[in-house]
Amino acid sequence: MTGQAETTRATGTTVPLLSLSGIVKQFPGTLANDRVDLTVLPGEIHALLGENGAGKSTLVKIIYGVLKPDAGEIRWQGQPIIVPNPNHARRLGIGMVFQHFSLFEALTVAENIALGLTDAADRKGLRSRIAEISKAYGLHLDPDKAVHDLSVGERQRIEIVRCLLQKPKLLIMDEPTSVLTPQEVERLFETLRRLAHEGCAILYISHKLQEIRALCERATIMRLGKVVAHCDPRKETAKHLAELMIGTELKAASHHGRAEANGGPRLEVKDLNLKTEQQFGTDLKSISFAVKGGEILGIGGIAGNGQAELMAALSGEMLAANADAIVIDGVAAGKLGPRERRALGGCFVPEERNGHGAVRDMSLSENAFLSGYVRQVLARRGLIDSSKTTGFAGEVIKSFDVRTTGPAAEARSLSGGNLQKFIVGREVKQSPKVLVVSQPTWGVDAGAAAAIHQALIDLADNGAAIIVISQDLDEIFALADRIAVIAEGKLSQTIPIAAASIEQIGLLMGGTHGTPPAPSGGRHAASA
Amino acid sequence: MDQAIIVSFILSVMTASTPLLLAATGELMTEKSGVLNLGVEGMMLVGAIVGFATAVHTGSALLGALLAVLAGMAMALIFAVLTLTFLANQVATGLALTIFGTGLSALVGSSYVGTAVEAMPKLRVPGLSDIPIIGPIVFGQDALVYISLVAVFGAAWFLRRSHRGLVLRAVGDSHDAAHAIGYPVILIRYLATLFGGAMCGLAGAYMSLAYSTSWAENMTAGRGWIALALVVFATWRPIWLLVGAYLFGSIMYGSLAIQAAGALYFFGQKIVVPSQLVSALPYLATILVLVAISRDRAKIRLNAPACLGRPFHAAG
Amino acid sequence: MGRRLHRPGGVMLLRLEPRGQRSRLWSYASPLLALALTVVTSAVIFTVLGKDPLESLYVFLVSPLASATGLPELFVKAAPLILIGVGLSLGFRANVWNIGAEGQYTLGAIFAGGLALRFPEAPSVLLLPAMMLLGVIGGMVWAAVPAYLRTRWNANEILTSLMLTYVAQLLLIYLVTGPWRDPEGYGFPQTALFSASATPPILVAGTRVHLGVLVAFLVAIVGWIVLTRSVIGFQLRVLGQAPRAARFAGFSQDKLIWLSLMAGGGLAGLAGMFEVSGTVNQLTPQISPGYGFTAIIVAFLGRLHPIGVIFGGLILALSYLGGEAAQIDLGMPNAVTGIFQGVLLFFLLACDVLILYRLRAPKPVAGGA
Repeated sequence: MTGQAETTRATGTTVPLLSLSGIVKQFPGTLANDRVDLTVLPGEIHALLGENGAGKSTLVKIIYGVLKPDAGEIRWQGQPIIVPNPNHARRLGIGMVFQHFSLFEALTVAENIALGLTDAADRKGLRSRIAEISKAYGLHLDPDKAVHDLSVGERQRIEIVRCLLQKPKLLIMDEPTSVLTPQEVERLFETLRRLAHEGCAILYISHKLQEIRALCERATIMRLGKVVAHCDPRKETAKHLAELMIGTELKAASHHGRAEANGGPRLEVKDLNLKTEQQFGTDLKSISFAVKGGEILGIGGIAGNGQAELMAALSGEMLAANADAIVIDGVAAGKLGPRERRALGGCFVPEERNGHGAVRDMSLSENAFLSGYVRQVLARRGLIDSSKTTGFAGEVIKSFDVRTTGPAAEARSLSGGNLQKFIVGREVKQSPKVLVVSQPTWGVDAGAAAAIHQALIDLADNGAAIIVISQDLDEIFALADRIAVIAEGKLSQTIPIAAASIEQIGLLMGGTHGTPPAPSGGRHAASA
Repeated sequence: MDQAIIVSFILSVMTASTPLLLAATGELMTEKSGVLNLGVEGMMLVGAIVGFATAVHTGSALLGALLAVLAGMAMALIFAVLTLTFLANQVATGLALTIFGTGLSALVGSSYVGTAVEAMPKLRVPGLSDIPIIGPIVFGQDALVYISLVAVFGAAWFLRRSHRGLVLRAVGDSHDAAHAIGYPVILIRYLATLFGGAMCGLAGAYMSLAYSTSWAENMTAGRGWIALALVVFATWRPIWLLVGAYLFGSIMYGSLAIQAAGALYFFGQKIVVPSQLVSALPYLATILVLVAISRDRAKIRLNAPACLGRPFHAAG
Repeated sequence: MGRRLHRPGGVMLLRLEPRGQRSRLWSYASPLLALALTVVTSAVIFTVLGKDPLESLYVFLVSPLASATGLPELFVKAAPLILIGVGLSLGFRANVWNIGAEGQYTLGAIFAGGLALRFPEAPSVLLLPAMMLLGVIGGMVWAAVPAYLRTRWNANEILTSLMLTYVAQLLLIYLVTGPWRDPEGYGFPQTALFSASATPPILVAGTRVHLGVLVAFLVAIVGWIVLTRSVIGFQLRVLGQAPRAARFAGFSQDKLIWLSLMAGGGLAGLAGMFEVSGTVNQLTPQISPGYGFTAIIVAFLGRLHPIGVIFGGLILALSYLGGEAAQIDLGMPNAVTGIFQGVLLFFLLACDVLILYRLRAPKPVAGGA
C-alpha cells in the first residue's frame, strides 16, 4: 500500500519502461493532474484506477502526446523524453485504444487502420497484415466494411489491430470494457494477457474493480487528480479498493417503505417500431413493456443498440406510427409531442447533458423553463413568468444541493455532476407520474451519483413509474425492480432483478436471447 | 454549317461551365475538410479584378491568372484565420468575405471599367487543332479549361486513391478522432481552405480574362453561390461536379442565347419571353436542383462531411 | 509523405484558452474594439489609396453629421437597416440564415408600389396602411419560398433565399422597363411618381424623417420584448443554441423556421415599402443600395439584439452617408462603403472570440514542446 515501497521495488529490479514524475496539468477551473508519479514495467499489466474525473484520461493523453503537461518529467526506458504528438508516441512504441474510439464512421476498416499508420512504409501490404494480425490474435475483421455498420466490439478490435500493427511496447487501454458485453470482456482479457506474455506492457485504465482484480498485477489509484495509493489488486478486496478510489464511505441508496406496485401500468409500450433518424443509428423493432407506479424498470444494453432511439420515442422527440404504441397513464400518447406527454405526467432526462438536457449558454432559470414550463405553468399569455421560473430553479438548486452561485448562473459554469443533479432535480421536482432517465450518473462523481439514485428511489416510493436506461449494470442492479436488455433495437423480456444473473444479462446484451420470444409475439406482450 | 453551329455551341457551353467547375472543385475540397466557406462569390470577384488588372498592366493573361490565384488565397486566408484560429461562425464569416470581396473588387475595379484585355491565349497544336469538331474542342481551348478538367479529375483521384486525400476526408468526418490520432486538424483545414481560395481566384480570372475580357462590377452575378449549390448537387463527389457544372453552363448559355435571339422558337412557333425571365433561369434552376437533391435527407447525411461547418478547438 | 503534414502546431501565434464562463465585459466591449480596429484599418486603406488618412476619416465619419440635415438623414438611412436587422436577428438567433432580405425588401417595394400606382387617388388613411400591409405580405411571400423549401424539402435556406434575390431584382427590372413603366418618363426604367396620399407623413418638419423611422424604432422595441421576454423568443434562442434541446422541450423546429423567415421577410418588405414611398417615391431598379445585405452586418454589430440593432443601424447608415461624402469630397468610389462594412464584420467576428476565450501568449512548457 505504501507508494514509496512499491516504487522502490519497481525501479530496483528492472529499468521501468515508462516513468512519470511530478506531472501537472491545469485546465480552467480544475487541476486535472497534480504532481502525478507513475511507473510501468516492461510486460506488466498495470491498472490505473480511479473514479470518473479523477484525472486518468488526462494522464494517458499526456503520455500519448495528445495533451501537453504543464510541468513534470516523462522517462521512456530510462531516457527523459518529450512527446509532442501521438505520432511521436507511436514511433516510440506506445499504442492507445481510446475510450470514445478515434474511428471515422464514414470510412472503411482498412482506411481507418491506414489512418493510424503514420509511415507510408507501414501501409504497404496492409490488407494481408490486417488479416495476419486478426488471425493471430483472434480479432476477426472485414477490411472493406464501413465502420458505421460494425458493432462496438468490432470497432474496438479495429483500434487494437491498429495498435498491434505497430508492434507496441506499451499499450494504453482507456476504459476499454465500458462498451463490451461480459463475454466480450473475457475475450479481450485473453488477448491482453497474451500480449503481456509476449512482453508488451499494458496500462489499463478503469474504474471497475472486479476487472482490475481479475486482470492486473499492479495498480496505481488516483483521486481528484492525485495519486493516492499503489497496490497489488489481486491481494485487495473490492471494498477496500473502492474506499481507496472514492475516499469516503458511501451509504448505499435505500429502498424503504415503497408502496407495493399496484393498479394498472403507468407506462405501456406495445409493439413500438421506429426508423432511426441518425446516420448510423439503430431502428427499434417491436418493443413492448409496461411499468407500474412505484416500480423501477432498468433497461441495460451496450451503447448504440437503440437506447437513443428508445429515449426519443418515449420522450416524444420522435413520434410513433400509431398512437397506441405508447400509453401514458391510460392515454394513447404515441403521436403526442414532448409538450403533451409532459402534460400527461411524463418527465425525461436524456443521456447527453450539454445541448440536449440543458443549454450550456443559458442560465439555470432558463434551463428550468426549458422542460418545466408545462407542468409548472411558467408562462403567462405568451410571456415567460420570470419570478416563478427563478423560484422553480431555486427550489431545484436547493433541494438537490446543486453547487452554483444561483439561478442566474449559466449552465456551462457548472461541473458535470452538478449540472446532472440540476437536470435530474428539474424533472423529479415536477412530480412526474412517469420518469424516463437515460444514463443518470454518467460522468458524475460518487457523491452526486448517490444523491441521484436516492432521489429516483424516493420518487418511485411516492408512486411514480421509473425507467432507467443505463449501460452500467451495477447501477441497474442497485436501483431496479426488474431488468430488460436492449440489443440491436430489440428489447428482451423483463426479468425480476432477484432472478437475473450477470451471465444471463451478458448474453442478452450480446444479442443472444437466452429465452425464447414471448409465446404470442410482441403484439400482446403488454400484459407481462 | 451545321458543324460550325455544333462546335460553337459546345465551345460556348464549356466557356460558361468552366468558372463554375473551377470554383466548385475548390469549394468541394474545402468542404471535404469540414469547412464551409460561403465566401466563394467574394473570392471570385477579387480574383477577377486582380487577374484583370494584372493583365491590363503586364499584357499577360497567364500572369493575371497566377496573381488571381494568390488573391483568392489571400481572401481564403482571412476566412481561415477568422474561423479556424479565432473560431468565428463560418456562415457569418463567409458572408462577410463576400460583402468585403464585392466592395474591394468594386473599389479596385472602378478605374478599369470600360478597359478591355486580350483574351487568354488558346492552345494551338498544328494539325490536331484543325481536325473538324474535335480539333477546336479538344485541342483549341485556353489553359484554364484544361486546368478545370485536370482539377476535377485530380480531386476525384486525390480523395479516393491517395493517403493525403484519406486524411482530408477523415478530418472532415471526425475532427476529434483525427486529432486524437495525431493529425493536425487546423493545419489541414487551412490548406484545404487555401486551395478552395486558389480555385475561386482562378474561376474569377476566367470570368474577366476568358469569359468576357472586360471588368464590370459584380460581374460574377451569383456564380459563386451557384458553385456552392453545385457541391450539394454533386453530394460532395467531384465527378458529379463535372455533370452539374456543365448542366448549369448549358442553362446559362441557353439563357444568353434566347436573350440574344429575343425570342424562343418552339416547333416553329415564335414565343416572345421577357429577357428578365430568361435571365432568371439559372437562379431558378439552382433552386430546383437544390430541392431535388436535398429532399433525400438520408443521402445528404451519408455524403456530407459530418463535421461540415463545426468549429474545432483542441484542448491542451 | 505523411510526415510533413504531421508537424505539430499550425498557424498559431497566440493560444486561446477557454474561459469557462462567457465574459460579460467582452460581450459589450467586443463591438467597440471591432469598431476601433475598423477605423484604424480604414485609415490604412485611405493611405494606400493616396489620401490623407485623417482628412478622409473626417470626411467619411464626421462630415456627414456636421451639417444641419446630417442627423435626420442618418435616421432616414438607418430606418430600413433597423427594420430588416431586427427581423434578421430573430432568425439568426435560431440559426435560420435568411440572407435574401434584399429580395424580400424588393418584393415588399413592388407589392406596396403596385398598390400606390393602382390607386393614386385613394385617401391616405386607407392607402398607407394598405401599402404597409402589402409590403409586409410581399416580403413574406418571397420568404415563404425558402421557408417551404427548407421545412418540406430540406433545401438550404442560405442558397434558396439568395437565389431569389437575383430573381426579385430581375422581376423589378422587368416591371419598371415593361408593364409598369411611366409612359411619360422619356423611356427611363422607372414608374410614375407616387401620389401625395401614398407618401408617409413627415414627422419633423424640414427633414425627410418620415413615419417609417418611428415604426423602425417601435419594431426594435417590440422585437426586444419578443426576444427576451416571450416564450417564442425563448424558443428561437434555444433552437439556435441547442437544436436537440429545443426538440427535447417540444419546440417545433419547422414552426420556428417559418416564424423566423416570416419575421425577416415581413420586416424587410415593410422596409422596402417605406423606402420607396418615403424617400424614392417611385419604383426604379435602384431602390436599394444593398440594404438587405448591409442589414446582416447591422444584425451582427447589434449582437443579434434588437436594441443593439438600433445602434448597428445608425453606424452603418453613417457608412452610407460617409461613402457618399467620400465620393463627392474625395473623389473616391462609392465601393469604400462596402469595404468598410466587410472589414467591420470581420473584426466583429474575430473580437467575439474574446467572449468565450482569453488570449494567452504560448507559454514555454516544462517537459513539453
